[in-house]
Amino acid sequence: MTFEYAPAPESTSVVKIKSEYGLFINGKFVPAKGGKTFTTINPATEERLTKVAFAAPSDVDKAVAAARTAYSKVWSKMPAAERGKYLFRIARILQERAREFAVLETMDNGKPIRETRDIDIPLAAAHFFYHAGWADKLEHAGVGSSPKPHGVVGQVIPWNFPLLMLSWKIAPALATGNTVVLKPAETTPLTALLFAEVCQQADLPAGVVNIVTGDGSTGSAIVNHPDIDKIAFTGSTAVGKGIARAIAGTKKSATLELGGKGANIVFEDAPIDETVEGIISGIFFNQGHVCCAGSRLLVQENIQDELLEKLKRRISQIRVGDPLDKNTDLGAINSAAQLAKIHELSQSGDLEGAERWSPQCDLPGKGFWFPPTIFTGVTQAHRIAQEEIFGPVLSVLTFRTPQEAIEKANNTPFGLSAGIWTDKGSRILWTAKHLKAGVIWANTFNKFDPASPFGGYKESGWGREGGRHGLAAYLKGNH
Amino acid sequence: MHLIDGSASSIKSFLKTLSPVDQVGAEARAAMLGTRSIKTSSKSWAIDMAISMIDLTTLEGADTAGKVKAICTKAVRPDPSDPTVPHVGAICVYNDMVEIARKQLDAAGGHEIPVAAVSTAFPSGRASLEVKERDTKDAIANGATEIDMVIDRGAFLSGDLEKVFSEIQFIKSICGDRAHLKVILETGELVTLDNVRKASYLAMAAGADFIKTSTGKVTPAATAPVVLVMLEAVRDWYAMTGVKIGVKPAGGIRTTKDAIKQLVLVNETAGPEWLNPQLFRIGASALLNDLLMQRMKLRDGHYASPNYVTLD
Amino acid sequence: MRIDVKKTYKLYIGGAFPRSESGRSYEITNSKGVFIANPAQASRKDLRDAVVAARSAFGGWSGATAFNRGQILYRAAEIMEGRSAQFVDEIVAIEGITPSAAKKQVQEAIDTWVWYSGWCDKIGSIYGSTNQVSGAFYNFTIPEPVGVVGAFAPQKSSLLGLVQTIAPIIAAGNTVVAIASQKLPLPAITLAEVLATSDLPGGVVNILTGITAELAPWMGSHMDVDAVDASGLTGAQDKELRIAGSENLKRVSTFKSELSPQRLLAFMEHKTVWHPIGL
Repeated sequence: MTFEYAPAPESTSVVKIKSEYGLFINGKFVPAKGGKTFTTINPATEERLTKVAFAAPSDVDKAVAAARTAYSKVWSKMPAAERGKYLFRIARILQERAREFAVLETMDNGKPIRETRDIDIPLAAAHFFYHAGWADKLEHAGVGSSPKPHGVVGQVIPWNFPLLMLSWKIAPALATGNTVVLKPAETTPLTALLFAEVCQQADLPAGVVNIVTGDGSTGSAIVNHPDIDKIAFTGSTAVGKGIARAIAGTKKSATLELGGKGANIVFEDAPIDETVEGIISGIFFNQGHVCCAGSRLLVQENIQDELLEKLKRRISQIRVGDPLDKNTDLGAINSAAQLAKIHELSQSGDLEGAERWSPQCDLPGKGFWFPPTIFTGVTQAHRIAQEEIFGPVLSVLTFRTPQEAIEKANNTPFGLSAGIWTDKGSRILWTAKHLKAGVIWANTFNKFDPASPFGGYKESGWGREGGRHGLAAYLKGNH
Repeated sequence: MHLIDGSASSIKSFLKTLSPVDQVGAEARAAMLGTRSIKTSSKSWAIDMAISMIDLTTLEGADTAGKVKAICTKAVRPDPSDPTVPHVGAICVYNDMVEIARKQLDAAGGHEIPVAAVSTAFPSGRASLEVKERDTKDAIANGATEIDMVIDRGAFLSGDLEKVFSEIQFIKSICGDRAHLKVILETGELVTLDNVRKASYLAMAAGADFIKTSTGKVTPAATAPVVLVMLEAVRDWYAMTGVKIGVKPAGGIRTTKDAIKQLVLVNETAGPEWLNPQLFRIGASALLNDLLMQRMKLRDGHYASPNYVTLD
Repeated sequence: MRIDVKKTYKLYIGGAFPRSESGRSYEITNSKGVFIANPAQASRKDLRDAVVAARSAFGGWSGATAFNRGQILYRAAEIMEGRSAQFVDEIVAIEGITPSAAKKQVQEAIDTWVWYSGWCDKIGSIYGSTNQVSGAFYNFTIPEPVGVVGAFAPQKSSLLGLVQTIAPIIAAGNTVVAIASQKLPLPAITLAEVLATSDLPGGVVNILTGITAELAPWMGSHMDVDAVDASGLTGAQDKELRIAGSENLKRVSTFKSELSPQRLLAFMEHKTVWHPIGL
């Protein structure tokens, strides 16, 4: 007999999903124009969770107007320390309601409860706590002695870390004195709407945070709105480029966090067991729905066999299934569309001659699932070495010298993240210096912190989020 | 398989082939495995497995025949009211208590339960080789079929790996077919995980049947990252040599939760083949009663009281 | 009497002074319409060549120590100082301002080199950071040069505006393809002569003269240009360049102040590195 882990499902009783959600405008939930709605489902079961208001451009107008009024009448006039206290309150309420948020996030997104419970939600609260303390210290933010907010910020966030991305956007915007119109992703609106309730509980002045749900057309209405001063976007590079075009010639500035194809470089002297864990975390964390995923494994050729053997053994232990089970490591793919994209790119790997490997694993019958997968024999010319798959699919390439590793790592239009695994300190610093990437994890991977700036080189985006550098993006300086 | 011929240079060059351990990464992995949630049927399976893996231990200066007899009786029937509870893995005592333990086990019907003796000037190991030899021979002569020896940590830390290696080899030669050899690394004194890995391989190459974390006299003892690294060592040793070496964490494992975390570590590191008393033991004393109380809770559906488990 | 030997104003690409590959030049007159010179009219291919030169110089320049870069920028100030009179004459001729106003502009330009020289080895300490993350990690952020920068110098100033544009870009460790003021290009080429003799490796600064409107779209769409200083563009040119530049997400900036660390930071990327702290 072997040690089978019995199902250990997290209770959903902590979550009360309403039958319908309105837009959160000027402190109140209101229906969208014409009462239009869309549904959101649980990607692990394909069960309908609820319906959500679909914001038309005129709804966006109302949200922007509320944000403008709140900015000029309330938020910009409030003493900075008092502004900060609201953020502290929000952080505390998020901590108090952490389990509720974790369960709801898992239901709406499909990611494992272990990750929402241990990473997404605590980090989201930490972002508010960190930025709360900035509110009355902005003259130290490195943009001169009298920094000013932009005004009304339009924010569009993705579905991979719904509440966490919300906190990355809203916390610095509010701390710096801006007001916000935020659109959560179409497939994951629920924690943003629960966050709206947190704003109410925190007694945040009406209009400081407005949340409009919808699809790309809603996002486009935000980006193109004439009374928005700054755009902050996390999502695909294609959409990011569209935003760059849309705001050209306007007064809007933008922070863009876009795609990536991170190289995870393993040298022969790497601490191999921790490296295996880092590779796993690099590509299978959050089902690989991570812009900074270590999706290209660059392994020194002389240890490839040993590393792959250990890696495959470890991948075989990944527990795929019910995201609400506390022992699940790999949850559901967020949507049918994303699953189709992962299938399509994986098939290109087959067609182009790479060798696909997945462990034996039973996938649930309903919902959107993809097994943990690695492709070996991949070269730079393969599509799966160049394009972002945004799924649990790792491409394995080899290198012979550090120079070759750098050349291959940098041989991409992206420049978001990279990993380095070696026991040699000077090699870490040499490699880090030569990598064209905004976030470099040495002997670790996929670590995040509100104090740590995050963002990419090249087509991975503009600007940073987190830390002093991310804060500065929400301020107009005088230096 | 002779990876090491015993010479200082062969030991050094072999240990150099080992991958370094990143402490933070190893701790993170161990902590993540610590979040596994073991419920209902898997929990009751794990509790019985843990009971059967316990080296029920008493290693005090105040040990008496009475005390040793009491734990031996308990080893055979941990819960007198419930015959479905398995017996423990072994009894672990000082050398002079071996004979008493053996007799009591046999008298109580625990013929199959081995007696392990701590040996080689336990716990410090600070004695001459002659004393260690005599210590070990005594234990075996008195009926010990498992020898828990300590390595010479001073020699290890000063770089005299040859001495550590040859002592283990020597004790192993005394044990021969008569006793299993468990080699105590005393990881709390080795401090780094790199040292834990090196010492594990050194012990395995020198002939250990088991590698054991600690004497129980030093803290920290069987921390999850240490056990993780030792489990990785036996897993990789098996891949390299085809020989399965056992692992015994000892010290600080007091609750059912701790014990189940250890089993999860085994399951997801060395693998399910290690989940049996031949390849995994837990050195403990108080742990047994907590396991019994948790077992009652699962059986009866309500929380148990220490009043209903025996004190020994 | 002696006939002056007049200078042929050519481009500055990769440390050399070629004519435009197109064979074109355009006439520069002073404010009264009197002919001054026929500088090269750079083509898109000259721009392409300049970007290639800048890209190949980037590794060496960005890899040089900040102290070394600072010394070279200061060297440019030294060499300019020695050629002040020539710059004054050229500025008087082309801008039609008084010799004392021209002299002031030259002095300011020299002092601009000196000011930015001092930034080379300080920008990282002031604008980098160590970040107090939760957990056993050392985490630091450093600004690094973005790469090849295209720069449109202000149109109204022949020398000072160009120096204010170029100096911070290369102080940050970037290489630059600078487009001189269309109507006031001559001091730019004299500046190139200064840079060519300032220990500055060839290709770090490339200077093109020509028609701004002709070159801007090629700069905007060039996929190997990482960032652009659009100060010398009109609003419409700026917008077009940003639209074209979106294809590789160029970092496009304009500036309010002449002397500001922001002029370095606009052409730098922040890199954050994590490493565990353990035994």
